[in-house]
Amino acid sequence: MGVMKPNRAVGIVGYGAYVPRYRLPAQEVAELWTEGNMQLPVREKSVPGLDEDVATMSIEAARNALARSGGLLPSRIGAVWVGSESHPYAVKPTSTIVAEAIGATPYTTAADWQFACKAGTEAIQAAIGLVGSGMADYALAIGMDAAQGRPGDALEYTAGAGGAAFVIGPAEASLAVFEGSVSYVTDTPDFWRRQYEKFPEHAGRFTGEPAYFHHISSSVSQLLTEMNLKASDFTYAVFHQPNAKFPMKVGEDLGFTREQIKPGLLVNEIGNTYAGSSLIGLTAVLDIAKPGQRILLASFGSGAGSDAFSLLVQGRREGVQAPGTRDYINRRTQIDYAMYARLKGNYKLN
Amino acid sequence: MEVARFWRTKGQRYQLVGEVCPSCGEKIFPPRDVCPACEKEAKTPYTFSGKGEVYSYSTIYSAPEGFEKYAPYTVALVRLAEGPLVTAQLTDVDAQDVKVGMPVEMVTRVLREDGERGMVVYGYKFRPVCANQGAAAQQI
Repeated sequence: MGVMKPNRAVGIVGYGAYVPRYRLPAQEVAELWTEGNMQLPVREKSVPGLDEDVATMSIEAARNALARSGGLLPSRIGAVWVGSESHPYAVKPTSTIVAEAIGATPYTTAADWQFACKAGTEAIQAAIGLVGSGMADYALAIGMDAAQGRPGDALEYTAGAGGAAFVIGPAEASLAVFEGSVSYVTDTPDFWRRQYEKFPEHAGRFTGEPAYFHHISSSVSQLLTEMNLKASDFTYAVFHQPNAKFPMKVGEDLGFTREQIKPGLLVNEIGNTYAGSSLIGLTAVLDIAKPGQRILLASFGSGAGSDAFSLLVQGRREGVQAPGTRDYINRRTQIDYAMYARLKGNYKLN
Repeated sequence: MEVARFWRTKGQRYQLVGEVCPSCGEKIFPPRDVCPACEKEAKTPYTFSGKGEVYSYSTIYSAPEGFEKYAPYTVALVRLAEGPLVTAQLTDVDAQDVKVGMPVEMVTRVLREDGERGMVVYGYKFRPVCANQGAAAQQI
C-alpha cells in the first residue's frame, strides 16, 4: 500500500504543546558517569516535576490545542487518543483521564496507543481515518512521554519529557491540511521494554542504520514518489529526534536542507520526548508557518516503523490564549544530577 | 482517597466545576448545592476559568502522610477571578518566588499516589501564569 488519503479532506484544526520546566544539562550526566569524557548527544533535556506524568502533560497540551481550535466545544470531539510509552498505569487508560479533564466525556471513544516513539503519529493517522470517513467530525490525537533511561546508559543523556496534542478535523476548519501519509513498518527489534521492567533496553548502534534511517528513508521516499513531490517543495521538514545528529543526517540524505530542518529541531533544548518528539517539533513549525507553506513530518518508532505526512498550511488563528512551543522551551529551570535523581524517584526514602 | 470519593469529585478536581446561584448569581466553589451568600438552593454547574491570584500562602516542610515526597511545597489560598477563595498547592514555582497578589492559573497535576499499588489522584493546583508570547506572535 502506498500513500493513504481519506475520503474527505482532513487537517489540523488546533494544536498545543507541553514541556515541563526543569532542564538537566547533558554535561551533568557525563560528569557523573564518564568524568566528563563523553561526546554529548544533546545540550540538555526536559525533566518532569514530581507531580507530572503523561496524563497531566497530555491534559495541558490538549487544553492548548482546544484553545487554538476556534471555539470548538469539547463535547464534539469523537476520539481522545493518547500515544505514549510511559502511560501512568499499566491497566487503566490515560485517555479517559484526559477526556474527563477537557470535558469531552462521555460520548467519545478513548484509547491509549503504543508503538514506542511513533505512538503519537499512529494516533494521528487513525484520527485522519476516523474523521476522513465521517465517523466523527473531530478527534484529539496526542503524543506524549516522560521517557525513562537507565542511570549511566546512553539514553539517560536524552530521555526527556513533553509532547503535543492535535485536534484533527475537517479541512475547511483546519490550520493545515493533510495531503497524504505513508506508514512503513517491519519487525526490527532495536529497542524494547519487557513487562514490569522500569527501563528500556536497546541494541546500541543497531538503532541507527537498520532501524531509524531505513524506516524514515523508506516512508518519506514513498510519500514523495507517490505524491510526485520533491524535498524542495517543502518549507519545513520535521523528523523524529532521538539526538541532534540523526534527524539532520536522515534529512540531508533525503535531500532536505538544514534551513528546512532547524525550525522543528528541538532535541538540543528538550531532549528526546519519544512519542512527543516529532510532534512537538511540528508545533514549533506551526507556530511560525504561513499559509501556502508545505511541511513534511516523519516519525520513527522502535520495533520498528515510521509514519510520514505531507501537510499544507492554510490558515492561522488570531489572538490565541495558549503558550507557544517556544514559551515552554524558554520557561527553563536548570537542575543538577542530584535534583534530577530526586525528580525521577531514584532515591529510596523509607 | 477512597475510590467512590475520587470518582464523585472528578469534575471539581479536574476542571474546577463549581456552581452558580440561580437566585443571586454567586459563583460557588467547591460545589455545595446551597448558596453561601443568599442561602437558596444552587445546583447549576459552573466551570471556573482557572485564573486567580495568591491571597495568602505557607510553605510546608513537614508534610502529612502521603505528601512526604513532595516537601517542601507551598500551599495557598487562591482568590479565583470569579470570587471564591480556594485552598490548593502551588506548583512550578520555588517557595522564595511566591508573592501575595501573584497571578496564577489552574493546572491539573498529581496530588498524591495511594502507594505503589493504589490510585494516582489527580486534581487542581495553581502555578504562576505561563508566558504567552505565542499568542502575540500569532497576531502579527
